[in-house]
Amino acid sequence: MATAEQAPTGPEETPVEPAALQRHFDETIARDQRIEPRDWMPEGYRRTLVRQIAQHAHSEVIGMQPEGDWITRAPSLRRKAILFAKVQDEAGHGLYLYSAAETLGVDRADLTERLVDGRQKYSSIFNYPTPTYADVGTIGWFVDGAAICNQVPLCRSSYGPYARAMVRICKEESFHQRQGYELLLTMMRGTGDQRRMVQESVDRWWWPSLMMFGPPDDDSPNSERSMAWKIKRHSNDELRQRFVDMTVPQAERLGVTLPDPELRWNEERGRYDFGTPDFSELQRVIGGEGPCNEERVARRRKAHQDGAWVREAAAAHAAKQTSDRAARQEAAA
Amino acid sequence: MNDERISLALGEEGPDDARWAFGTGFEDPLHGVATAVPAGVDSARLAACCAALADDALVTAQRLAEWCTDAPELEEELALANIGLDLLGQARLLYSRAGQVDGTGRDEDAFAYFRGAADFRNVRLAELPRGDFAFDMVRLLVLSAWRLALFERLACAADPVLAAVAAKGVKELAYHRQFAAEWVVRLGDGTEESRERTARALVEVLPWTAELAHDGASAPFGADGGEVWEALSDVLRRTADAAGLSLPAPAKAPAGTGRSGEHTEHLAPLVGELQSVAREHPEARW
Repeated sequence: MATAEQAPTGPEETPVEPAALQRHFDETIARDQRIEPRDWMPEGYRRTLVRQIAQHAHSEVIGMQPEGDWITRAPSLRRKAILFAKVQDEAGHGLYLYSAAETLGVDRADLTERLVDGRQKYSSIFNYPTPTYADVGTIGWFVDGAAICNQVPLCRSSYGPYARAMVRICKEESFHQRQGYELLLTMMRGTGDQRRMVQESVDRWWWPSLMMFGPPDDDSPNSERSMAWKIKRHSNDELRQRFVDMTVPQAERLGVTLPDPELRWNEERGRYDFGTPDFSELQRVIGGEGPCNEERVARRRKAHQDGAWVREAAAAHAAKQTSDRAARQEAAA
Repeated sequence: MNDERISLALGEEGPDDARWAFGTGFEDPLHGVATAVPAGVDSARLAACCAALADDALVTAQRLAEWCTDAPELEEELALANIGLDLLGQARLLYSRAGQVDGTGRDEDAFAYFRGAADFRNVRLAELPRGDFAFDMVRLLVLSAWRLALFERLACAADPVLAAVAAKGVKELAYHRQFAAEWVVRLGDGTEESRERTARALVEVLPWTAELAHDGASAPFGADGGEVWEALSDVLRRTADAAGLSLPAPAKAPAGTGRSGEHTEHLAPLVGELQSVAREHPEARW
């Protein structure tokens, strides 16, 4: 899941390119047409995309951890199958996205190294813990719901491979959101303990979910350029508002309270008013001080290191196969 | 297409939904298959066979789920989850059948969540703790080749439900066996380290196959133990040849069998973890 909070930081100067190429690029963007891997593109555009797509891919892969831990403990076989399939989908999203990034001339193995040594980030939401099974439902409802708000506009992103990957990913996220909400609905019809578990989980996840849209617009220095390039289509605050407007009626139907005393319908605007998230918490979590930052990266690093001998063996076997084939062809010639 | 229309299209329920997760639908998984037990079929034996095959699948799926986020590469992450999901789907259908024919009317979750570890009848190879990737690929090769040989025969079982589950499972298991065999070959042939690890895995796994050779649970339904054993042995020989490994002479088989409820010390913690949330909230709805 891509979140605006991960929008690349730091200015990158676009090198001077031949004017005709630049003009063609600008016209393509202006006409709302897609940039494809073989097209010329400004270096800044390429780097911005690599960073955004890689961070999105990393988020999918790290995002497997908080829910994946519940697969062995899911409380019914149907829930186990749903959760197992969902976490598998996230691995699949990671694969599509790494592939989309590779069309920009980077290598998946290198991006993974950047993740495990902390040079590249992933969505902060996955640095929060999942202490109860209700969190599986809440993540589906809020986190996948927020991801959909962020990602549906990316289906129209100017870079073709990213936009196409997003179409498929959004379909799956939408399915996950419905499954999460359905789990919570079922739990709300269960015992008092289950209803309390759902409310407690909603209380914990609401504000971090709102922060998934990134800092407020007046504090989001990189948004403007991404919007000019049509990599990004809507501002952080607009997407956050959409998420709130979508979620409040769902919360009412579910019978839970969203933990925001300022939340109320604004007749004049035709939208909900809501309180301001504690963005200093977002900065702390992005800065590595979230409840689970170290644990998440350490686990990914360990899996990567533990798997090194397997990847080496596969590469060695493939190389032997290639040289055997070459030797046979030579002998036959 | 504007955002709203994309959102609407995404929200539509379509035929696509079925492909997300085998067995996650809301319909009765045995829909459309005649469920009466045919004359001449021993219900008690049928229930025992279905429950034992379901236990093998559930316990194996549980071990595969432990690999989640730990696989050596994303492609393997997807494949191991796929295999786990297939087995989970098989377990659910088989538990349902067992509960239907044993006279108790228990559903799949009653079998999975509300029996003690001592009531599980899985073979013990399935319950051994997760090892390194070589161990788990050798184990998966043995279990999937064995189960495939069983299911190919059970597809002709006199019970229509067991036959239907087996026929569906054959396609899945052929892929599981292929996946595991390819890895055993890669690892056996790959590097010195991977070769050593795979050779060691064979030494550790093979003694537990004696239990498979003596399993009679599926025999009344057309899966002759001798034939199944021969099919499994043949797969192991050919895979070891292709991997450039020699099959070690199996050490003495550990006493007892999982089919008679004699398990290793590793099953109880696995079952405890599996059942922890369900047992903590016995009145809950999920």
